[in-house]
Amino acid sequence: MKKLKAVLLVLLVVLVGLQFFPTRSNHSTIILSTDFVKTNEAPENIAQTLHTSCYDCHSNNTNYPWYSNVQPVGWLLENHINKGKEVLNLSEFGSYSGRKQQSKLTSMISQIEDDKMPLAAYTFIHRKALLSKENKKALLDYLRTLKK
Amino acid sequence: MKKTIILLSLALVSWGAFAQHDHSKMTSKSAVQSSIKVAHSKSASTIIDNYLALKDALALDDSKNAAGLGKKLFDAFAKFDISAQAKQQQKELAEIIEDATEHAKHISENSKDIGHQREHFEILSKDIKDLVIITGSDRTLYQSFCPMYKNNKGGAWLSNSKEIKNPYFGSKMLKCGSVQQEITMK
Repeated sequence: MKKLKAVLLVLLVVLVGLQFFPTRSNHSTIILSTDFVKTNEAPENIAQTLHTSCYDCHSNNTNYPWYSNVQPVGWLLENHINKGKEVLNLSEFGSYSGRKQQSKLTSMISQIEDDKMPLAAYTFIHRKALLSKENKKALLDYLRTLKK
Repeated sequence: MKKTIILLSLALVSWGAFAQHDHSKMTSKSAVQSSIKVAHSKSASTIIDNYLALKDALALDDSKNAAGLGKKLFDAFAKFDISAQAKQQQKELAEIIEDATEHAKHISENSKDIGHQREHFEILSKDIKDLVIITGSDRTLYQSFCPMYKNNKGGAWLSNSKEIKNPYFGSKMLKCGSVQQEITMK
């Protein structure tokens, strides 16, 4: 019993300690001229879908949930965001070469078609980010119009 | 006399044109639909080697080997000397290499997801073709096409042989596809 108490105490101290290492936040109020929605002049409904379902991990601006301040959850989120931005940053889409844009569009379409995106681990908590059948179709149709 | 010569040469030229026309008809009858000629060059040899090996690994459903070859291809792109190429094509080459490098990286990182490797391989194949058109090739290549890939959207790939070994379906449909284009050397 004493041992268990000691273990729990250590765990508590570690957890509290972790909170002193906040994550670097991905937040920006500036909408770059290279922003996907801006450069492609995406219609309002498409912009909204992209902002709710994609931009959290694929842009320079994340709408953080409250628990992102709790570690180690925040770190996990940070990891997803870093990885997401590395492969596709919609804030900087317009700065990609024409070839890269087309390449990214192909991958976006394919990932959305196969329901690999938005990530299940993300929509599990962010129910709003789940793509409805209609939204999914509208987004895919739109992305296909950008393909050459 | 002069007139006869002119007439004769005219006849010869028109016969030549006719013969050529006939020849083009003959090639279009074979499986290859079109043909392009590129310079004879070894500058992209390592890239082509690794790309073709990657294609074979995917046709064998060997995602682990494909990942290793993705890494080799990644390294080959890094070593490719853009500055040795014609100046006016360096920008496009840089864009091709940048895009292709990313696909090679994804293929190398997805040793447990052959479906994802194949997705990147499809876009990569286009990059390699565009690359070879600029840099030239050291061997004849064939562009084959499988109309069934990705819910009948279809996908193309390059091979050094006319024989179809489908890298998108592997053992599921190894023979699906046909040769679309021949890339030969000048």
